[in-house]
Amino acid sequence: MSSISKVEDAQLRDDLAQFRPGDMVKVHVKVKEGGKERVQIFQGTVIRRQGSGVKETFTVRKVSFGVGVERTFPVHSPNIEKVEVVSHGVVRRARLYYLRERVGKKARVRAKILKKNNAE
Amino acid sequence: MVKAIFGTKLGMTQVFDASGDVVPVTVVKAEPCVITQLKSKDKDGYDAVQIGYGEVKERKLTSPRKGHFQKAGVKATRYLAEIRVEELNGYELGQEIKVSVLEEGESVKVTGVSRGKGFAGVVKRYGFHGGPGTHGSMFHRAPGSIGASSFPSRVDKGKRLPGRMGGQRVTTRGSKVVRVDQEKNLILLKGSTPGPKGGWVLIQEDRKKR
Repeated sequence: MSSISKVEDAQLRDDLAQFRPGDMVKVHVKVKEGGKERVQIFQGTVIRRQGSGVKETFTVRKVSFGVGVERTFPVHSPNIEKVEVVSHGVVRRARLYYLRERVGKKARVRAKILKKNNAE
Repeated sequence: MVKAIFGTKLGMTQVFDASGDVVPVTVVKAEPCVITQLKSKDKDGYDAVQIGYGEVKERKLTSPRKGHFQKAGVKATRYLAEIRVEELNGYELGQEIKVSVLEEGESVKVTGVSRGKGFAGVVKRYGFHGGPGTHGSMFHRAPGSIGASSFPSRVDKGKRLPGRMGGQRVTTRGSKVVRVDQEKNLILLKGSTPGPKGGWVLIQEDRKKR
């Protein structure tokens, strides 16, 4: 088994910001278009983190032109340039599926207000 | 060099390929194999090399096996396989075959012993559809009719019926080599391979082109 974990561990990234469900994040995704590579930003609320090790993924939800859009990314994907945490949210569960049924102001997650002295 | 190597299936995981996509892989540990016999056209009617793999206890070997390895002057191995070659030149007894015989991106065929599934019914064993589960149906997973009555008064040979499933030698073709780790003697194959974790697999080049 150790050989498998070596294969897996070699791909883990430790350069990503820490984030949890409820956080508002900007995911910088590398997109290849006609031989060119550029970075696209997907901003939204993290509604779940799933799996462990290389297999871990997270899902970001945003509402774009009135349509809910959810994108799932592998946490350790080389296609993610970086994950920027815009704000930490105050939530009481690990899977925020209840946001799907809500629209407008109700679909928001309250942001954690950080005190200045323990701000990151 | 012969494009064939024995290995032990370690299990499955996933890796990211060059474009960042996730690829499911089977990890195979392939310690160097050793050439145990050369078969020549003059003597055997065809050219082939026999390769051996795996540790084996001395007391587990039969006398003929012991003699076979002694003749070749190599350490006894658990598994043996014969690989046909065009030319015997360049092969020697005791020569090692390492994972480097395989290239990344290459198409290979993988042989192993499938997992034993015990006594299985026709739905699992042959993919029969079975009947409705409900709505008063009394026909669920049974095989149905297995032939006519007074003529021919017997069941056709080869009729697909329940029985032992799995535990057989299986070869899958068209598997791609995703990565070769020469330091750790690991081969990563795309997708699944026959057999349980810890089972042996024989990886050969897929000569048939599709």
